[in-house]
Amino acid sequence: MAKTIFVLPFLVFFGVVTYFIIPIVKKSDPKLLPSALIDKDVPENKLPPLFKNKTGFDHEDLVGGETLVNFFSSWCGPCRVEHDILMKISEEKTIRLFGINYKDQTQAAIRWLDELGDPFEKIVADKDGRAAIDWGVYGVPETYLIDKEGKVRYRHVGPLTERVLEEKLMPIIQLLRNKKDE
Amino acid sequence: MSRIRAFSLVALGCLIYIQPIMAVEPNERLADPLLEERARMLSQNIRCLVCQNQSIDDSNATLAKDLRALVREKLTAGATNDEIFDFLVDRYGDFILLNPPFKASTYLLWYGPLIFLIVGLLMTVLVMKKSKRRASEKPLSQEERVSLSKLLEQKDET
Repeated sequence: MAKTIFVLPFLVFFGVVTYFIIPIVKKSDPKLLPSALIDKDVPENKLPPLFKNKTGFDHEDLVGGETLVNFFSSWCGPCRVEHDILMKISEEKTIRLFGINYKDQTQAAIRWLDELGDPFEKIVADKDGRAAIDWGVYGVPETYLIDKEGKVRYRHVGPLTERVLEEKLMPIIQLLRNKKDE
Repeated sequence: MSRIRAFSLVALGCLIYIQPIMAVEPNERLADPLLEERARMLSQNIRCLVCQNQSIDDSNATLAKDLRALVREKLTAGATNDEIFDFLVDRYGDFILLNPPFKASTYLLWYGPLIFLIVGLLMTVLVMKKSKRRASEKPLSQEERVSLSKLLEQKDET
């Protein structure tokens, strides 16, 4: 009995080591945080549309179908990086894509979309960034996957890539769609 | 010698006036000094999620600036400290608090050191008991004493 207790520190030590080594081996970035909104309703914000001739959206418009909500800004470098993927999602109609223009100047945002193309079905402008705080945004670009009940299912921080789309988003989207068929 | 001592004292005295660098800009401050003090206290306990090891009080990130403004706005509107913390935790999760909350999922974090201390003390007691037992074992027999002195002599010769 007295002997076994001396093995305990080693066991605890190896337990702790394993716990801390897993994220290193999996190469997960500790700066990326899970959203606090997972499985919760999207925040209720009334934001004005970015364009005068294109409708905006609010939390009620997110009910009824799966949607990606993308926070972007014309001053944000990584947003440019992910723009091709957004265009692809829009062209292939992978999923409904809405945009929230984050702390941007209206003219700059419009110029940006003219230049690179506009992948969004609907866009609203969050001028002071308050709505973004309600969503828990801490760095653009961020992309939220919303289910047909208007609940947040996944949040990706940083630019979307082909890989993120295929490996992270698509499986969840498929899962959500299969559930609908039942 | 006394000169050096005097100099050191003056140098130490100067340290009292060193304030931590803060990012709060003058125009962000509230007119009410009491509210401003609360705002500072809250801000120092809220993590800037952009820099992650800085509080929003220290950080120059835009999000930190926005959150500082938000905290002050809520304080002016009469919100309690807990209401402000809860508001932020609802949106950003517990990670936004620099002080981890005390709840079921963090018991190990808070009680862990205590558990380690108890286990450590327990083992110390066990080890000490054992060595005490060993020390009080029966004295050497006549034979053992002879062979021991022989061994010691041998050692002296070499």
